[in-house]
Amino acid sequence: MPSELIHKFMRIDHLPHIWCAGCGNGIIMRDVAVALEELIDDPEVNLNRGKVVVVSGIGCSSRAAGYMDFDSIHTTHGRAIAFATGIKLAHPELEVIVLTGDGDCSAIGGNHLIHAARRNIGMTVVTFNNDIYGMTGGQYSPTTPTGDRATTAPYGNIDRPFDIAQLAAGAGASFTARGSAYHARETTELIKQGILHKGFSLIDVYSVCPTYYGRKNHKGSAPEMLQWQKENMIPAARYYAMSEEQKRGKLLIGTLTHTEFPEYTQEYAKLIERAQAKK
Amino acid sequence: MPEKKAVLMQGNEACVEGAIAAGMRFYAGYPITPSTEIAEQCAVRLPQVGGKFIQMEDELGSMAAVLGASVTGVKAMTATSGPGFSLKQENIGYGCLAEIPCVVVDVQRTGPSTGLPTSPAQGDYMQARWGTHGDHPVIALSPSSVQETYTLIIRAFNLSEKYRTPVIFLMDEIVGHMREGVVLPSPAELIINKRHISYRDGANKQCYFVPEGAYVPAMKPFGQGERYNITGLAHDVSGFPTGSNAVAGDLFTRLMEKIDHNLDDIVRVEEFMLDDADTAVVCFGGTARAAMSAVLEARAAGMKVGMFRPITVWPFPAAQLRARLAGLKRVLMVEHNYGQMLLEVQRVAAEKLPVGFLGRIDGTVISPADILKKLREMEA
Amino acid sequence: MRYEMRFSGSGGQGVILASVIVAEAAVAAGLQTVQSQAYGPEARGGMCRAETILSRERIWYSKVVRPSFLLALTQQALDKYARELEEGAVVMIDSGLTIPEGLDEDQVLSLPILATARDEVGKLMTANIVAVGAVNKALGLFDEEALHEGVRRHIPVGTEELNWKALEAGARLVSDAQAAKFRRTL
Repeated sequence: MPSELIHKFMRIDHLPHIWCAGCGNGIIMRDVAVALEELIDDPEVNLNRGKVVVVSGIGCSSRAAGYMDFDSIHTTHGRAIAFATGIKLAHPELEVIVLTGDGDCSAIGGNHLIHAARRNIGMTVVTFNNDIYGMTGGQYSPTTPTGDRATTAPYGNIDRPFDIAQLAAGAGASFTARGSAYHARETTELIKQGILHKGFSLIDVYSVCPTYYGRKNHKGSAPEMLQWQKENMIPAARYYAMSEEQKRGKLLIGTLTHTEFPEYTQEYAKLIERAQAKK
Repeated sequence: MPEKKAVLMQGNEACVEGAIAAGMRFYAGYPITPSTEIAEQCAVRLPQVGGKFIQMEDELGSMAAVLGASVTGVKAMTATSGPGFSLKQENIGYGCLAEIPCVVVDVQRTGPSTGLPTSPAQGDYMQARWGTHGDHPVIALSPSSVQETYTLIIRAFNLSEKYRTPVIFLMDEIVGHMREGVVLPSPAELIINKRHISYRDGANKQCYFVPEGAYVPAMKPFGQGERYNITGLAHDVSGFPTGSNAVAGDLFTRLMEKIDHNLDDIVRVEEFMLDDADTAVVCFGGTARAAMSAVLEARAAGMKVGMFRPITVWPFPAAQLRARLAGLKRVLMVEHNYGQMLLEVQRVAAEKLPVGFLGRIDGTVISPADILKKLREMEA
Repeated sequence: MRYEMRFSGSGGQGVILASVIVAEAAVAAGLQTVQSQAYGPEARGGMCRAETILSRERIWYSKVVRPSFLLALTQQALDKYARELEEGAVVMIDSGLTIPEGLDEDQVLSLPILATARDEVGKLMTANIVAVGAVNKALGLFDEEALHEGVRRHIPVGTEELNWKALEAGARLVSDAQAAKFRRTL
């Protein structure tokens, strides 16, 4: 029950949140909370709530950390993954969750993203990807589609967009997936898989921003934007049954890459053993 | 007790050994001349003592990782030079506001931008104070020998933990790359401060609570079940963003006052032959080496010269310098920059007596002869 | 009494290490010392200079003002630094170099340092250790224990014998008469 979840895992003193009506971020934050709840309650996983650290950067998405009732740190713009790297390496037993946005993690924080992926350091990055800089009022981001409009792209965006999950996969992330605000159950499951995965995981979750992105680009109301996700983002089971022709223009909801590489902090523990044996 | 033997150490190496003695167990950095030996030595030494070293993708990430490690309760450090110090500034400000202890070493090199990477200078003095945006508290310490590098970096960690603030360890290439004999104190001789940790029940709801008469909050490290929030936004005692100007004003004021109201504890100076002096040479860091030689040579020539050296360079030791002015006829500021600490000295002394200046920004080192010549000019 | 020494050559010849080893031996011998260096961006090649100051008293100014000893392993370094010497300074050069005008031959020790390292010790890279052996014999700075202590901290384990051989080969390059002439008491 949602209300129970809110009482258990949200800081109700600090709600309501600051997001606009119709914003997809609340849904994604709830997906993260449900994923954590299910792993805490699962006797086989037995995730320790006191060892969960939620890290965020700056932007609309990054306010989520403050609403979630865990150890939480709302850092500087773009640096969430770098802070998280320090937290995880200093105390590898901590379960580090990074909540970030498209601009935060792939523009100003892009360097930290690709290098954390390359190191395969154990953390779960959830991007609240709304195709726009919302906190500053609607400027184009690295995921704004070419041709779309933003306050800083008044004649149409000539940049090519990133696919954040593919970017992380290309940089060596051992678990990457794509979710959406509409596909809450599937996304929650992907976040759970990401947390259970030992190395670096990234779940790129498509949010909706009716206030800035939607309005600038005539995408309609929040329900209409969610409807677009329903029609154009296809959960894995159905997606893989489709023909190439049917897949055209559609996006997979599901896992993109899932490989096993040595996790960074575990490798560091071995390095310490080697250094101490040599001394 | 047998007399302790000296060991030959480079300044940068002493910085690492002192930091480890202070309990530093996490280092994140990015290679940059002339601080690189600090990263290299940490890569060797930290795993040996169970600590962690990581070479990050850039300076921004290094500073962020250091703060991340520190919130888990680990004493953490980074080191840099030149452009790297500029890049660190963003998250130094975060550490100041969120009150996260850490030590940032800056081994200063010459010039703006890439400048002269292997040459000494002291041009980051003002940047150490005002490098990050907004009014913020700063403690900066500057060593003048390899021995002092070892003991002073321990003090840097102690002050950082005590006041929950980043401490800038302002070295220069002169000291960083110099080798000298160092007598290492035994662990029993060292005073090591631990972090302020609160064990009050429900402290997580008031993690930035500061009792009456105190200036520094006490909070548990992450991962101990407290579930509190840290933010770089202006926040209330619960650690959550506030829109109240009164609450924000109280916070920003307390951050300044926790340093300003504890100057006696924080500020240290070295005074040499000042009691009967009519002239004080003021200097800091590696410049003190030439100044000491010049003072001794001046004394041999019958001139009444002494030296005043801020060891704590921020906050500037204004009260200590003011207390010395009565007996003096003139002050000479000597530093490897275009006149930065000079401004602080003028603020204290310029109305009472003449303040001379000897600076250098070409990457070479000021010699005792240069200082003597300037002293003679001032006396004439 | 402050004794200033300058070690110069080309990057990669190990002149910084030679300077460090002398400082290390000085610490082992209970002397005060300050060692420093200046170099360009090149790791190999390029002019390279290192300095060691020795004293029985505390050393304040950390840079060499006018050295009383100069080691030069390249012509470029010799030509440059021969102009910045204390009166009566001892100059040790590799015998392949030409003594520049204005430098009194009487104060120069021209020794086959590089050739000895290559042919006698068998490794050109020991030239700096050969030089340290020669410097120590000529100036009479340290006893063997302090000198070995100085070298030991800066060489890989297992290369001790090679390095002792280099030190001895260096010492043999300096005659007893030369050692008597150039001996330096601190």
